[in-house]
Amino acid sequence: MHEVALAQSIVEIVREQARRDHVRSVKAVHLRIGALANVEPEALSFGFDAAAKGTLVEGAALAIERTPGAAFCGACGKDVAVESRLDLCPSCGSAQLLITGGEELRVTELEVT
Amino acid sequence: MCGTCGCGDEAAVHVEGDGEHVHVQADGTVVRHRHDPIADDQHEHLLPDGRVVRHSHPGGREPHLAHGVFTGHEHPAEHHHGLSDSEVRRIAVEQDVMARNDRAADLNRTRFAVEGCFVLNLMSGPGAGKTTLLVRTLDALKGRGKKLAVIEGDQQTSLDADRIRATGVPAVQVNTGKGCHLDAEMVMRALAKLPPPTGGQLYIENVGNLVCPAGFDLGEAKRAVVVSVTEGEDKPLKYPDMFAKADVVLVNKVDLVQALGFDLATLKANVRRVNPKAEVLDVSARTGEGFDRWIAWLDAAATQLASPAAAARVEATAG
Repeated sequence: MHEVALAQSIVEIVREQARRDHVRSVKAVHLRIGALANVEPEALSFGFDAAAKGTLVEGAALAIERTPGAAFCGACGKDVAVESRLDLCPSCGSAQLLITGGEELRVTELEVT
Repeated sequence: MCGTCGCGDEAAVHVEGDGEHVHVQADGTVVRHRHDPIADDQHEHLLPDGRVVRHSHPGGREPHLAHGVFTGHEHPAEHHHGLSDSEVRRIAVEQDVMARNDRAADLNRTRFAVEGCFVLNLMSGPGAGKTTLLVRTLDALKGRGKKLAVIEGDQQTSLDADRIRATGVPAVQVNTGKGCHLDAEMVMRALAKLPPPTGGQLYIENVGNLVCPAGFDLGEAKRAVVVSVTEGEDKPLKYPDMFAKADVVLVNKVDLVQALGFDLATLKANVRRVNPKAEVLDVSARTGEGFDRWIAWLDAAATQLASPAAAARVEATAG
């Protein structure tokens, strides 16, 4: 459940941004989470609600955009899409994949009043 | 189907701001395109700040709310972003959630470099034998006059730090309470109590957990993951994130292989599957088997860190 710690970081980022922009309340927080980010969105939502309690982020909706995993295959030299770290290269079947994308966890946008 | 424009691929990413977007196709080909503005029935909004945005909706030109900030995505004709309050505005943030931890980790890494201190982040599930392995490692190293220090992470108690201190090596215990991992700030706080030994080595024993510690850079030079033969050959496949980021995987309790009928070859194949680069070493923290190679690996890693090229790299990053 490191999602609780991540949720606290998210609420911190949102509160800091809200202070800077003189925000009254936060209606929605948009996140971008890569398929290989080692984050369980349901656990994150749960942690977010708890971390937001008593702040101007309380009650905000969490809008999660998932992005695909990407890798470079050291065997066939192609850039390929992967769904997990256990995937083999969809092109040549090799396990020599270097993960190149899909590990991100970002706050992208806020909807505020 | 692309949730953005309905043009036929699940793995779609949209580039904010210009309606252009990217699809990663099943074969890995990346396609970047915009849609035909005429066919898509695009239209314009004049925003309060004077900017003009052009976009389209499946519902065509029917009346709808203008957007505070145009993000380049489309909406059904009836859309309020789930909100009826017309005062709602959108703020672009684009911040990495791990940024704060990564900044703290960078500060730690710079401090370690300045002190010339080699740092190892030692991780495993509960009961794999991290502490026993660490005690034996410290015993082997301190006989050679190395300056050593240990940070111990556990949810509760100082039992592990007590075991370390019994070897004569200074240790500081970090209790994470309900936390399931160490983060870079906890390490920074621990360093205020126990500074990294100059020219020496610092061992950080993480909280026993094969999931959460994987995502948190502490500023270490190397990551070691311990897996014991009492756990099962499939651990690397069940916890790929942890194994994917290891520099070395220590297979502990190998003195029990025969008794357990453990399949070492399968375990190693599974490690390679998620991490082709990691060194895999068989050890027994109880009997000392395999420790020569383990200590040699540590020596090589610490020497690599102390090389002029490595120092220059760190200087460039710290710059």
